[in-house]
Amino acid sequence: MGIVEGKFSDNFITSKVDSLVAWARKSALWPMTFGLACCAIEMMASGAARYDFDRFGVIFRATPRQSDVIIVAGTVTHKMGDAIRKVYDQMPEPRWVIAMGNCATCGGPYANYAVMQGVDEIIPVDVYVPGCPPRPESLMWGVMQLQKKIEQEKYIRK
Amino acid sequence: MVGVANVSRIEQQSTLHGTEELVINMGPQHPSTHGVLRVILKLDGETVNDLDCDIGYLHRGTEKIGENINYTMFIPYTDRLDYIAAPSNNLAWVTAVEKFFDWEIPMRAQYIRSMVGELSRIASHLLWLATHALDIGAMTVFLWCFREREMVLDLFETAFGGRLTVNAFRLGGLHEDVPDKFLQLTQEFADIFPSRVDDYETLLTNNRIWLQRTRDVGIISAEDAMDLGLTGPIIRGSGVKWDLRRAKPYAAYPYLDFVVPIGENGDIYDRYLVRIEELRQSIYIIQQCLEQLPGGPVSCKTPRTIKPPEGEIYHSIENPKGEFGFYIVSDGTTTPYRVRIRPPSFINLGGLKKLCVGQLVADVVAIIGSIDIVLGECDR
Amino acid sequence: MPDEVVENSEETNGAPDSEESAEEIAEAVKTPPGEDLKEVVESAFPGAVLEQSAYEDDEDEATFVLDVDSIVAVCTHLRDHGDALFKLLTDLTAAHYPEAEDPFEMLYHLYSFEHNRRLRLKVRIKEGRAVPTVSGVWTSADWMEREVYDLFGIEFEGHPDLRRILLPDNWGSHPMRKDYPLEGRGERIYTKPKRKEIGE
Repeated sequence: MGIVEGKFSDNFITSKVDSLVAWARKSALWPMTFGLACCAIEMMASGAARYDFDRFGVIFRATPRQSDVIIVAGTVTHKMGDAIRKVYDQMPEPRWVIAMGNCATCGGPYANYAVMQGVDEIIPVDVYVPGCPPRPESLMWGVMQLQKKIEQEKYIRK
Repeated sequence: MVGVANVSRIEQQSTLHGTEELVINMGPQHPSTHGVLRVILKLDGETVNDLDCDIGYLHRGTEKIGENINYTMFIPYTDRLDYIAAPSNNLAWVTAVEKFFDWEIPMRAQYIRSMVGELSRIASHLLWLATHALDIGAMTVFLWCFREREMVLDLFETAFGGRLTVNAFRLGGLHEDVPDKFLQLTQEFADIFPSRVDDYETLLTNNRIWLQRTRDVGIISAEDAMDLGLTGPIIRGSGVKWDLRRAKPYAAYPYLDFVVPIGENGDIYDRYLVRIEELRQSIYIIQQCLEQLPGGPVSCKTPRTIKPPEGEIYHSIENPKGEFGFYIVSDGTTTPYRVRIRPPSFINLGGLKKLCVGQLVADVVAIIGSIDIVLGECDR
Repeated sequence: MPDEVVENSEETNGAPDSEESAEEIAEAVKTPPGEDLKEVVESAFPGAVLEQSAYEDDEDEATFVLDVDSIVAVCTHLRDHGDALFKLLTDLTAAHYPEAEDPFEMLYHLYSFEHNRRLRLKVRIKEGRAVPTVSGVWTSADWMEREVYDLFGIEFEGHPDLRRILLPDNWGSHPMRKDYPLEGRGERIYTKPKRKEIGE
């Protein structure tokens, strides 16, 4: 929001502007396809015919420059960590993170040398979706949780 | 002196114009590398001169975990190796461990194992076709294949309760008998699926764009395929009639009739045809299983703690991707001493350099798709 | 149905080739598995097979223990000899036995398309001893040897491109060794980023 961000006190006009911005942002969440492991298959299934993510305004983008939310779907290994951080840094603000599945949440069943114990070790996570892998319905729930969170964020208000 | 300097300047200019190699990085975050594969390409114009694969972005230490937990607990980890065809991996692990014992697995369990194994082959090949066609530019196939894949996943859900990672089999048979609804739904699926395969073929097999992108691209001869250790549909596409379901039969395959399809040229198009024919053969096998399915128990009597005798075994099965095996060393305790997973994707991916060098850069994506890798099992 | 099952499973377990007659099968069971292959090896390299074993006399589990220096020659011979033709290197891996005199065991699983049989070769080596590469015999050994180097720290003489393959280049240790803990040795430590709370 640039120069007006966090400049105004809480009143009728600013809260209406904020809710308009929030509505616009939450209605067109473009996630980056960051499929790492098993969860990626369920993420693809969410985008395909039966579950049809487009209904939520969720359209998968293949590049971080055009996306608002990164769905970390799958096991994050130490080798992958640097790449995730790089991709996250390339995303324009405002950006959100959904950790999909147990591995991205906390390492899941892989408590060992190669696997990072949750992607929140390197990037801040907004919504955790449990499951191994989560069903497409769970991912939808996660996206709707994120929409609720975006609704409550302040943009031009202090 | 002046002359020499001029010559070297001309040489320098000629290297500046057109003959410089360009290094391009592809992945690990790239939509058509089917996961987290990273490929470093050295290009001369549009031609691939050299190529280096960087894998290991999904190395989860599954083999090390296998050495620290007991035989039954490892079954869910096998789900997450080749996660596109999870029941096949379960089958490989349970048949490998059962090789230590002389248990007589009930025939009903064997038939259900074969049937679920074939369903997982269909699920895997459908996902391959969906993504491979999407990479080459056919969006409709993606949506159609996922439509049928959801049907297969529904079947898994009916029988085992999970969609993707199902933990389907147990040592000695099945956890419990499949519900009647599963058999009924499988019959319905087997009735409609062949016509759906015809639909995919209408879209692709004689499609001019598809033919131009796949024919005479990524050719590999049978000799080279053996040398590179390629297994599964790739080596069959090169004309080697070899399928572990026939060569070393397991589960109920000795009693089932099916054809092992092979290709002629070993290009991407032949691999496509082989996999499409395997879809049809899988349905044929499932129909036979449904007809011949015997009654009776689904599990033999197994001891409470699984303690194989000391020794080492290697057992492999025909996964949708190729030969998927386990080498297990037992020291007579409840945990394996060494678990080695023989990963078809890892070894098939080793052939990528041979397949790609000399091809155009746009074909690299098509070739990676035709190998049908899954990184979970490639990196383990 | 069940009767047929028992018959068939016996045949597939015991026989190297399902087309052999019953007498031949009985004979094959008496001799230790892989005896004919041992002859193939010994005809060219006398005394090369140090030990011979098989789990429960299963023909597919035939195992030869070889000397480390003869591995390339024996592999080439087994690939090209008409009675062997092991054209597919199914798997190449290693195992670690810290207590043993020679702690590392290299394992080569071979498969022959023509004869539909398997063979396992073993080489026992000491810590720090380099193994001659078989990537000249089968190209597929290239990646598998890199993996063994990565996870066990066994070096390969003459390998065209010996680098780590699965773990990051600067990892520093070899996790599949038995003395390496499952949780790792803390190779990577991160500082947790701050999470944005609701309403911020």
